[in-house]
Amino acid sequence: MSIYDTWELVVGCEVHCQLATQSKIFSAAPTTFGAAPNSHVNEVDLGLPGVLPVLNKHAVELAVKAALALNCTLNMRSVFARKNYFYPDLPKGYQISQHDLPICEHGHLEVDVEDRAVRVGITRIHMEEDAGKSSHMSGAPFSLVDLNRAGVPLIEIVSEPDLRHPDEVIAYLKELRSIVMYLGVCDGNMQEGSFRCDANVSVRRRGETELGTRCELKNLNSFKFIKDAINYEMRRQIELIESGQKVVQQTRLYNPDKGVTFPMRDKEEAHDYRYFPEPDLPPLVLDEDWVSRLKEELVELPAAKRQRYQEELGLSAQDAAVLAADKPVADYFEAACEAPKWAKTTANWVIHEILREASADTIGDFALTPAHLAELVELIETKVISGKIAKDVLGYVLESGEMPAKIVETRGLRQVTDTGAIAAIVDQILADNPDKVEEFRAGKEALKGWFVGQVMKASKGKANPQAVNELLDQKLS
Amino acid sequence: MSQETHTIRHLLDAYKTGTKSADIAAQYLDAIKNDTHGAFISVVDSDELLAQARGIDEARARGEDTGVLGGVPIALKDNICVKGGPVSAGSRILDQADGRFISPYDATVVTKLKAAGALILGKTNLDEFAMGSSNENSAFGAVKNPADPERVPGGSSGGSAAAVAANLCVAALGSDTGGSIRQPAAFTGTVGLKPTYGRVSRFGLIAFASSLDQIGPMTRTVEDAALMLNVLAGPCPHDMTSMDVPSEDWTQSLSRGVEGLKVGVPKEYFGPGVDGLSREVRASVQETLQRLESEGAQIQEVSLPHTKYAVATYYLLATAEASSNLARFDGVRYGHRAEARELQELYTKSRSEGFGPEVKRRIMLGTYVLSAGFYDAYYKKAQSVRTLITRDFENAFKAVDVILGPTTPNVAFRLGEKTDDPLQMYLEDIFTISCNLAGLPGISVPGPTSDLPIGIQILAPHFREDLVFQAASVIENGGRS
Repeated sequence: MSIYDTWELVVGCEVHCQLATQSKIFSAAPTTFGAAPNSHVNEVDLGLPGVLPVLNKHAVELAVKAALALNCTLNMRSVFARKNYFYPDLPKGYQISQHDLPICEHGHLEVDVEDRAVRVGITRIHMEEDAGKSSHMSGAPFSLVDLNRAGVPLIEIVSEPDLRHPDEVIAYLKELRSIVMYLGVCDGNMQEGSFRCDANVSVRRRGETELGTRCELKNLNSFKFIKDAINYEMRRQIELIESGQKVVQQTRLYNPDKGVTFPMRDKEEAHDYRYFPEPDLPPLVLDEDWVSRLKEELVELPAAKRQRYQEELGLSAQDAAVLAADKPVADYFEAACEAPKWAKTTANWVIHEILREASADTIGDFALTPAHLAELVELIETKVISGKIAKDVLGYVLESGEMPAKIVETRGLRQVTDTGAIAAIVDQILADNPDKVEEFRAGKEALKGWFVGQVMKASKGKANPQAVNELLDQKLS
Repeated sequence: MSQETHTIRHLLDAYKTGTKSADIAAQYLDAIKNDTHGAFISVVDSDELLAQARGIDEARARGEDTGVLGGVPIALKDNICVKGGPVSAGSRILDQADGRFISPYDATVVTKLKAAGALILGKTNLDEFAMGSSNENSAFGAVKNPADPERVPGGSSGGSAAAVAANLCVAALGSDTGGSIRQPAAFTGTVGLKPTYGRVSRFGLIAFASSLDQIGPMTRTVEDAALMLNVLAGPCPHDMTSMDVPSEDWTQSLSRGVEGLKVGVPKEYFGPGVDGLSREVRASVQETLQRLESEGAQIQEVSLPHTKYAVATYYLLATAEASSNLARFDGVRYGHRAEARELQELYTKSRSEGFGPEVKRRIMLGTYVLSAGFYDAYYKKAQSVRTLITRDFENAFKAVDVILGPTTPNVAFRLGEKTDDPLQMYLEDIFTISCNLAGLPGISVPGPTSDLPIGIQILAPHFREDLVFQAASVIENGGRS
């Protein structure tokens, strides 16, 4: 009996992605994170009297790429609009956004959740400027405003309420984040706020067709918090309804220490934003040829890579997912993968060895380059060295930067595959340890491992393990 | 007048024959100091200006090019930003604890004027945030019409108009959203041009209504207005509503005459719908038409059927945009900040204390127009009517080259005469307002009069300032081309 037998969870997500441009969406000020407060602002960002917005073309390019990757229908003509409200981190007293005619609509994203595929509708994506940041010091008679972030370009990706389980929400958000990072649209940094997820959560009894009253959960800056918050919120709403009360539509935040959601302090309910078309910006008209070129330039996305890795390279779904999750890792793997028949070995090395030393952020500069790895895999697959020796070679590459083949030669690490030579070593070991041979033949099978170890030691690790095993089986029987 | 009344043309010629810019600058600074019309809000530092003028004299003596406006003293309406200088928008809301708000950047028109060698004398008075038709809404006092100091100079560019008329500067810049350059030009007997929307950059103009505002020259002659437009026009990388259209030398249009020019007269301007078109104004228009006809123009009647909706349409759209544009004056980053203990109080006190009554009136009206439940009925509907008004002109311009009419229904009214009834004041703009809604270029040029100044308005299709100047030049010369 699960809570999902009687109740249905309905979730839609609104994701704000900061676009990875050099300068802001409507001004030339820089967008880099972490600068001294109010140092990345100019007269336009400050909303001084007489200033006007000028649209950043690169921001449009990135928004269009996101739209294409998410299967949306582009509005070749879209309109900016003013969203009017008063707050100290909103310098003009309005945010320039898009309302009636956003840059694109009606897209979708398919995500895999455990055993099933879920198709999540994308209602719309629109472009807008970010607001500044307010710091409220508790107990102090003032708040601080930093406008560095004001004017940073955003796209807001709004999903249909198609998600039915926290796992689906996380899978959707992870795939979305992966895609925007792949495209170079957004750096996906949730801690720094470049990828912000809000979840609209409601519940209804199974079988009901009307949507329940929803609450918006905001400021969830990790996937774990999102999952926990949704789980808590679902139970909170169910309890309310079961005790005869109503769910109040409100914005709620999550407290990770206490594991609860709570209503957001004091943002006025039901703002009337008085949207109207932004008179300082002409309608945004996209050129067909320009869009076609962007479409052609779109890189292969994670889903396509996962499929290709499985179908063409024979990798498992799990391994394909790990390799395709981050573009730097996928690029590294593909560059190292010289021959499809060696893809599995290459994949194993990337996943289990390389990713132990490097992360998606550092793999691009990793000392063991794809060229190094490709050669290493060749040496393994052509049985020049054993897998175990290969691990040692990895270490030597990291130290010296030299190519693996050279290291193998200079250090004499070639695998011994000559069965005659190995047989000689095996015979020697057996001859030197007759009592152990007796014990093995008497039934102590675990000793096989000890024999293998001895042969490997005697051959300084260079004996081909498979051959060793076969010969031992032969000679011990 | 204690000094010669100069035009730009006249002054540039005088400079060629030995007159010194430093002397001229000193004369104008003196005149401003003794001004009784209230035309200026702030004046530049004398020493700095004279040093600048001397620099121009020295450059000229060395045979260097001092610019197409080199040494010409110009005044700017105080809603145009000059780097390092105070700007008020005619309001107390830009007052700060340490003085007035100082702009850290130049408006594009200021950059252009400086590059052309102009001497900027100071900032002229205006209706607060350019909202008004009489310059009685200024926080810095009303302006008096030099033609009759008991009468208003018009608004909102009343200070610039008075400064030009009273010879306190050679030329001035104003801004026009519903007639704020043309109407004061008419009342003071000067020339005022509103360029096509998008012809002149709005960057650095404190916005009132973004889709209607334009900066334009206010001058003594049509030729001076053409010389000024030559400098001001052009696309601007800081203003996405500025149009990338070729600029021209508009002085070329001045001597073309009106032979064969088709002049349209809107029948709605003379019909029963227009309140109070005075006999003198009507007579001035008739006389002007007769003169043009005798010079070879073809006069014909045109129809602008949606004229009667223009004022209402304007006051819905302009106030809506203004309510949003003025939200930035909140006491947080600059301007007047009231004593307050929490945020809501900070906003309401600062803005209540800083804004004047007409500005508050329009902000409230504009907010209402955009509000949930009313947007469709008011804002959206007004935008639709705006399209119809624009189409009226497009249709009319199929038959005629220019449209001629009175700039205002009457001559300058007395100070205080219309301040009790805002709606009466709004009706002053009835002839000028459609031009802003349609984005057309328009000029007011002094017409025949036996008493107070009367303005004749010429409108032309988008980006056809050449036709405006062509017709205005003939009217200015009393019908002689």
